[in-house]
Amino acid sequence: MVNPASLLPASRSAVVAKAAVEVAPDRDTAATRLIYAYLGSATFWLLVGTLVGAYLGLKFATPDIDHIPWLSYGRLRPVHTNTVFWGWASLAMIALALYVVPKTSRRPLHSLPLAWVSLGLINAAVLVGDLLLMSGVNNGGQEYREYIWPVQGVFALGVILVTYNMIRTIVGRAIEEIYISNWYIMGGFLWTVALMVIAYVPFYQQTGISETVIQGFYMHMGVGMWFTPMVLGLTYYFLPKLLNKPIYSYSLGVLAFWTQMVFYSMIGAHHFIFAPTPWWLQTVAIIFSVGMIVTLAAGTGNFLMTMKGSFRTVARSYSLPFILVGVIAYFLFSLQGTFEAFRSLNRVWHFTNFTIAHSHLTMYGFVVFLIWGGIYGLVPRLTGREPSHFLAGVHFWFAFVGVAIYTIALMVGGTMQGMSWIAGDAFIDSVTMMAPFWLWRALGGGLMFLSHLIFAYNLWCMRPSPHERRRPLEAQEAMA
Amino acid sequence: MNFHRNHWLLLGTIFFGFIGLAFIIAILPAQWMQSNTAPLPQAKPLSDLEQRGLEVYIAEGCVACHTQQVRPLPMDSPWGRPAAAADYALLGPMDIWRPYSPAVLGSARTGPDLSNVGARQSSETWQYLHLYNPRSVVKDSIMPAYPWLFEPATGVEGDAPVMTVPEAYAPKGGKVVPTPQGQALVAYLLALRQIPIEGAGSMAKASTTKNSQAGGSTKSGPGDDASAKGATLYANNCASCHQANGQGLPGTFPPLAGNAVVLAEDPSEHIDTILHGAQGRTIDGTEYASPMPGFADQLDDDQVAAIINHERTSWGNDAPTVTAEDVAGRREAGGK
Repeated sequence: MVNPASLLPASRSAVVAKAAVEVAPDRDTAATRLIYAYLGSATFWLLVGTLVGAYLGLKFATPDIDHIPWLSYGRLRPVHTNTVFWGWASLAMIALALYVVPKTSRRPLHSLPLAWVSLGLINAAVLVGDLLLMSGVNNGGQEYREYIWPVQGVFALGVILVTYNMIRTIVGRAIEEIYISNWYIMGGFLWTVALMVIAYVPFYQQTGISETVIQGFYMHMGVGMWFTPMVLGLTYYFLPKLLNKPIYSYSLGVLAFWTQMVFYSMIGAHHFIFAPTPWWLQTVAIIFSVGMIVTLAAGTGNFLMTMKGSFRTVARSYSLPFILVGVIAYFLFSLQGTFEAFRSLNRVWHFTNFTIAHSHLTMYGFVVFLIWGGIYGLVPRLTGREPSHFLAGVHFWFAFVGVAIYTIALMVGGTMQGMSWIAGDAFIDSVTMMAPFWLWRALGGGLMFLSHLIFAYNLWCMRPSPHERRRPLEAQEAMA
Repeated sequence: MNFHRNHWLLLGTIFFGFIGLAFIIAILPAQWMQSNTAPLPQAKPLSDLEQRGLEVYIAEGCVACHTQQVRPLPMDSPWGRPAAAADYALLGPMDIWRPYSPAVLGSARTGPDLSNVGARQSSETWQYLHLYNPRSVVKDSIMPAYPWLFEPATGVEGDAPVMTVPEAYAPKGGKVVPTPQGQALVAYLLALRQIPIEGAGSMAKASTTKNSQAGGSTKSGPGDDASAKGATLYANNCASCHQANGQGLPGTFPPLAGNAVVLAEDPSEHIDTILHGAQGRTIDGTEYASPMPGFADQLDDDQVAAIINHERTSWGNDAPTVTAEDVAGRREAGGK
């Protein structure tokens, strides 16, 4: 590895030299292969899902680009969202959890074969689900509930088996206390299992408006009780580990955990402010949306206080910048969600492209950046192979600038859409007015997709090698 | 009692605590809504054809861009009266694969709200042309085209309506007929009509207050506002057929620029046409077969007058304008 700083005088250095990872491959190569298979599958779905997303963005500028039913906007949109949700982000989080839970329990995973079964089930569900969506078979539901129940059932079975695997691992731990990461991770698994059952049991959602009550709950918990606790739990492991210092406050993490569970559960109805769902339900959701500020401040504060004094280490790492962005995005854009719930602001932003910006700021800026931080933090230490530091940096900046362009364009455009409706302009004016913003969105989305190609290449560079597998144990594990 | 050491206590609290909260905030409210929401007395369930249309609507993912959810806000008044829970009471499970009500409320308004589209755009011809290619009738639309809901016309279609597609978008032969799926979808769209609930309690009051607020805010402004309002109302209600430039679509929707009825000294026929619609008129030697809907139920006298005055003073038209009282007079006189 060429160190860029060694070629240039320090005063002229354009980039901060990144610290190389001490190569100390993990002894458990079977587990490494499992984790890498999860990450490989996840990255495949990332490329598929965001290619679809980029194509959808293009359709706003050129609606007649194709006339193929399988590629029409209405059918492809859920393909984009479900693929990046269930295929990419879910599998990538599970991959990291498959490392963190055994590691913090000081024992191997309960069952590797069972984890392979889960991987197969989840991959099959996303593949079949996407093909069905494109052929026009969907659940009739809204966001993230578009797969029909036999498909989501297969996905849920995969998650249930991982959950069981994790529980057995934690129950058989060789250490007295359950580390805070595992609180969050098990929260994510158990809440999601419960959530998928609640969302797909039909008895209390047979008429239009009762279905809406469940949909608001589900679409919010799908994000907030799965992705949020999972990546927070992973960060409670990776951040202190990568900084080589303890987490700032363990109790703050516990406080944030319980408030997450109680407050977040109550706020699903804020997706249907001003809908004919019960007014009290909407008001409760708004109040607890404000309550979430406690959780946000506790969580983000804890991470930032842990980083305090170590920003030099952050700058010299290629994984920690992803985590820094993820942590800040967690605070800022969850807070944005609180503001969007206020009735006065909701009337401007609801139904507009502002909400699309919000979902990308949270799912991408927060969740996906933390996942990337975890992957770059973990995989080189597992396989003993690093990606090019330069390309990891290119990945970071393309993704960061891409999502910034994407979301700023849609936040500005979305606000103008809302103002146009309030001013009583003709509806079509709010469509033509958006044209330049949709072009910026397509540009930002293109950059994001490019960064994913680079990430996929970086992951390939970090693959476990058969050679390394036979190597004797190194003296000390970097991640022990 | 130690969450840090007792894993069953921790995992049990996490799992059952969440399920308990879910009952409070989701399952029981949903159950309550389900058993306490009756449809409006005049509401009719969808016919078999319309139900099949709803299935096409769901399969094509129309809900990705279209809401069916009018909020009790002045800004939503172009889409109809505020939605009530009762409006969705007749929506039921679709089939064994979808044993719940379809989610039609939507979350994004990339396209117009469709709660009342059957009343707002009741022309079957317009709906078909618009589905075949939205840009054939709305130049700036970004909606996808749905040519797979149509087949080329062969001349032996039976009952299916034959559509003459504007040249720029036409397939070979120029004429298409909707497939059974296309017909079902349009039947469903035309069935999307809000049932008035005036006098049915608080909701109706909210509806009238909202309307007067919306009208009031535009009326109270400076003089330019009246024409701006006419232009907006025209864009929202008329332009999709008669086009923003008043030229119509040759052979399908008549032009208003230079139109004899629009230029007539006596506005009676102009007012009547907007209030009660028209069908089968011959204008400048062309017979227009597709019917125009009446707007008496959707627009008040003020709004009709604003539209008429916009039409009478735009695109080179220069004819005497009308007042809301003129419209009220024709409304009294009733339909033909």
